[in-house]
Amino acid sequence: MITQMLFRALDKKAIWLVVVLVAVAVLVPASNLLLPEGHPLHVPTYLVSLFGKYLTYAMLALALDLVWGYVGILSLGHGAFFALGGYAMGMYLMRQIGPRGVYANPILPDFMVFLNYKELPWYWYGFDMFWFAMAMVVIVPGLLAFVFGWFAFRSRVTGVYLSIITQALTFALLLAFFRNDFGFGGNNGLTDFKDILGFNIQAQSTRATLFALSAGFLALFVLICSAIVNSKLGKVMVAVRDAESRTRFLGWRPENVKLFAFTVSAVMAGIAGALYVPQVGIINPGEFAPENSIEAVIWVAVGGRGTIIGPIIGAILVNMGKSFFTGALPDYWLFALGGLFVVVTLFLPKGIVGLFQKARARRGIETAKPSTVTPAKPAAEPAE
Amino acid sequence: MNAIRLIRLIALFLVLAVSPPAWAAQIDDAAFGALADALAPGNFRDREAAATALTASGDTRAAAVLQSLLDGDLVVVKSTGKVLLGTSAAPIDPVTGAPFPEAADTEKVKVNNGLRRALRTLIGQLTLMSDDTSTRLTAAQSVLRDANPDNLELLDRALAAEPDAAVKAVMETARAAIILKTDAPIAEKNDAIQTLKARGGRDSVTLLTSVLSTSPDELKPAIQAAIDSLNQTQAAWGVAQNVWYGISLGSVLLLAAIGLAITFGVMGVINMAHGEMVMLGAYTTFAVQEVIRRSFPDMLDWSLAIALPLAFLVTALIGIAIERGIIRWLYGRALETLLATWGLSLIIQQAVRTGFGPTNKEVANPSWMSGSFELGGMSITWNRFWIVLFAIGVFLTLLVVLKRTALGLQMRAVTSNRRMASAMGIRTPFVDAMTFGLGSGIAGLAGVALSQIDNVSPNLGQNYIIDSFMVVVFGGVGNLWGTLVGALSIGIANKFLEPYAGAVVAKIIILVLIILFIQRRPRGLFALKGRAVES
Amino acid sequence: MSDKSETMLYLDGVSVSFDGFRALNHLSIIVHPAEMLAIIGPNGAGKTTMMDIITGKTRPDDGEVLFDGRTDLTKLDEASIANLGIGRKFQKPTVFESHSVWDNIVLSLKKPRNVFSALGYIETASDKARITEILETVRLAHRKDELAADLSHGQKQWLEIGMLLAQDPKLLLVDEPVAGMTDSETMETAKLLRDIATTRSVVVVEHDMSFVRELDTRVTCLAEGSVLAEGTLDQVSANPVVIERYLGR
Repeated sequence: MITQMLFRALDKKAIWLVVVLVAVAVLVPASNLLLPEGHPLHVPTYLVSLFGKYLTYAMLALALDLVWGYVGILSLGHGAFFALGGYAMGMYLMRQIGPRGVYANPILPDFMVFLNYKELPWYWYGFDMFWFAMAMVVIVPGLLAFVFGWFAFRSRVTGVYLSIITQALTFALLLAFFRNDFGFGGNNGLTDFKDILGFNIQAQSTRATLFALSAGFLALFVLICSAIVNSKLGKVMVAVRDAESRTRFLGWRPENVKLFAFTVSAVMAGIAGALYVPQVGIINPGEFAPENSIEAVIWVAVGGRGTIIGPIIGAILVNMGKSFFTGALPDYWLFALGGLFVVVTLFLPKGIVGLFQKARARRGIETAKPSTVTPAKPAAEPAE
Repeated sequence: MNAIRLIRLIALFLVLAVSPPAWAAQIDDAAFGALADALAPGNFRDREAAATALTASGDTRAAAVLQSLLDGDLVVVKSTGKVLLGTSAAPIDPVTGAPFPEAADTEKVKVNNGLRRALRTLIGQLTLMSDDTSTRLTAAQSVLRDANPDNLELLDRALAAEPDAAVKAVMETARAAIILKTDAPIAEKNDAIQTLKARGGRDSVTLLTSVLSTSPDELKPAIQAAIDSLNQTQAAWGVAQNVWYGISLGSVLLLAAIGLAITFGVMGVINMAHGEMVMLGAYTTFAVQEVIRRSFPDMLDWSLAIALPLAFLVTALIGIAIERGIIRWLYGRALETLLATWGLSLIIQQAVRTGFGPTNKEVANPSWMSGSFELGGMSITWNRFWIVLFAIGVFLTLLVVLKRTALGLQMRAVTSNRRMASAMGIRTPFVDAMTFGLGSGIAGLAGVALSQIDNVSPNLGQNYIIDSFMVVVFGGVGNLWGTLVGALSIGIANKFLEPYAGAVVAKIIILVLIILFIQRRPRGLFALKGRAVES
Repeated sequence: MSDKSETMLYLDGVSVSFDGFRALNHLSIIVHPAEMLAIIGPNGAGKTTMMDIITGKTRPDDGEVLFDGRTDLTKLDEASIANLGIGRKFQKPTVFESHSVWDNIVLSLKKPRNVFSALGYIETASDKARITEILETVRLAHRKDELAADLSHGQKQWLEIGMLLAQDPKLLLVDEPVAGMTDSETMETAKLLRDIATTRSVVVVEHDMSFVRELDTRVTCLAEGSVLAEGTLDQVSANPVVIERYLGR
């Protein structure tokens, strides 16, 4: 069954994408580590880190696309899962600092010493072990998504209502993590990491490895997502997106389909967050801000939702734009971002990928037989 | 009694001798200077006489001089014999109240205990028996705060002469407070306890508690009973105060959410830029006040009255422009609308940040919105009070608009069945534009109100948008009463949780409760029912 | 009433109100195994509400709804009812527009409906044969790879009937199946439904009298939420009350 699924996952587009990602995972770190600095093909370390960050964003976008593009759940709180994964990784990295902190406490991280913690809170236990922290990276976001989704989907909370309560979820977490007595470093979050699995987190080779891991995980997620969407379950997901109640009358349970997609997606977002934190060197409550989650939505929209490659392209392009704007024209970034939201929703409902599809379809019409590609238009009726 | 008469007599004599206007608030500067300077020379007895004479002048400046002397802060310039307030490097002329050029040869005017006692009495006379009611009230309150047995005699005299009922009440309370600290007879103390109990308030509880242990045993049950009864009343008022805070928060939420509820109810559109409409309303208020401050400074009290229609107009027009320009292309795609309006909100925020700067703008409270008043055991600030009234007013106006006007009828028709309404010849695009304009305009009104209690900054709207959503989804769509109940219950629940959990945790609890509530009733408290709603 | 255990669908005294409006008023209907029942009646008679109640979309305020003589449908949700073997075709054809015609049938095929078996599902040769057979029955075999969105209105109706067949239900609820069809298509549909009714129970709601005549089966006329008349089409359409309330003069 597994081989069958894998085979199905590897349609032509997915193969290309995976090949490209694996090549990137190998070639970029290799060029960074092996080629001398003056070499024209040398990738500087800061770019490795920057694009490593983009790749984790691409993972988040892909995760979001699985629920929004394929099942129609517009989550405005996916940043919460990303941040939870990030905090789990951050907690491991904090414990790794050990006595090298400012207060040189072998057990307590600096902020706890500063806030007069007498002992380690119970929920920090185990995070000194890498395997445990990695398990939490998967379990915490997954469990939260499962519990939240269990209640929300079962009681048929849909559409904008669901979007708003996902936003409320991440907002509540934002408020909670800002509190000092919550035990996660409050406003400042977790930072000043020293090393990961014994490797210096600042070292060029560590950064290159993290980049390779990010690209590798993204490739894996591409495989997982295409395996899911190309399966019959994937077809049910799209059916739920387009006509939820119809699927019920066919005997499907949309709530279970949604719950599955939502949980898988949250786990992927959590892993993305865990890869993000060591590359940027900090995790703070700001990652829970609803704005971040909505920004991730626009990556997906720009790239093209309901496709595998779209969110990846969107996340990387929008964040390159963001890096450019915040560096060169900081006052105009929000104009650009806001404009992007408006333009994409009005003129590019299928994103960049949709543009290419349309262009190819037009060429197809000129040469080959007509019809076949008329994208399904959503029923243009205002909500009742 | 005799003493008072005697003093008055002397005072009358002196005042008549020195300056023509009898019992004027201020006597001639030169005369006052002379009276003040007389405090320095001679022995303690001479000083007492001089102080008495100064008191008798009835001058409002006298109390400060005597207080200064009592505090050991009065100095005299040895070369000129002039008396100055303050031993520090910056002495003040007691006559003009202006800083006096620093003099090298100053000497402190000495006081002894006998003189101090006399001074206290004289200051008490100046204040407790001043002609100005508010001065007497302040003095009585200060005596009450100290509850110093030394003041008893003076207080008794003041009480006898007091014409004003309110001041008299405070004096009586003060007297009761003092009595409890002295070794007065039990019966008198009992009366004092009753007086304090009748007065109520947290201060009385503190007072009674402080004397509880030192009082004679036979009084203790009475004191304890009084404390208990006062605590109960106090608790009741505490609840009332919390309810008021909740209503106040609820009315703010109502103002912020009601426009959202209308657009969501009628059009199924989630307007993420709603918060920015609120923010623009607040900036309109700021702009109006700027113009007034520059050109018509006396009209500041009218600024809100001018800002309200302007804010409504500005935000309603922007709203209509948004609807015509963007939202109408996205009908039926609620999630896309949500994203597009979010983009708009970013643009509007940044535009305001670029135009007005990122910092908080100061918006003044007109005089009728400043300060507070007491209602029983509650303290109510005027701005909150007016905002509650304003929210009620907006709510009722909207109800009338929806129930009694043609537009309202059309809006309700579109809410319950858009296709049928359209088939009946209602121009749904027009209704949509008007609805969006109305919703945005109300957000602008909310902005004017919020400018009075919150920081006016480009982020103003963002602070309210999630709360507004919570109100709308909690209250249910398509029913203004749902929004009202939703706003008030969230507001009150928040304020009742705050004392136990703290503001942030209270908010988190409320968010979680709403998330859970939505699971139970996915369409809110006051959901529409029937086949048309399902889809 | 007659023995419940021998019925496929058994409604007794079913009532439901929406905000004070009584959509169904002590409605009682019986359908036997391998029997077709045609339901006619004016708009607002409660035909669609009746279907909503049978399929679990709406809960009745009162009354008994039994499937196969023993299963209480008022306790179950839509998916469980569908999995019991009740298929429904909607008044407005609802097919999955962004899926191909073939995939629409795949999604309807009677197979385990849980998430993980859907994830691991592999189309077998017999599945393919069955799908092809169904598509030929509803005359869509030649368009199997096209998006359902591109079908004409009548073809969507047929695709939905095909989806019903793929579900392999014991009871079919068919709401206005011939709206938007040409006369010849209408006759074809009637023939198809008659064929189906030889092995399964079918309830058809329709306004088209010539179609109902073609069905040649027992007819029930509903009005204001309860049964107005029952019998053959001729008997029902001769009923003076039916003429007054529904058919008109």
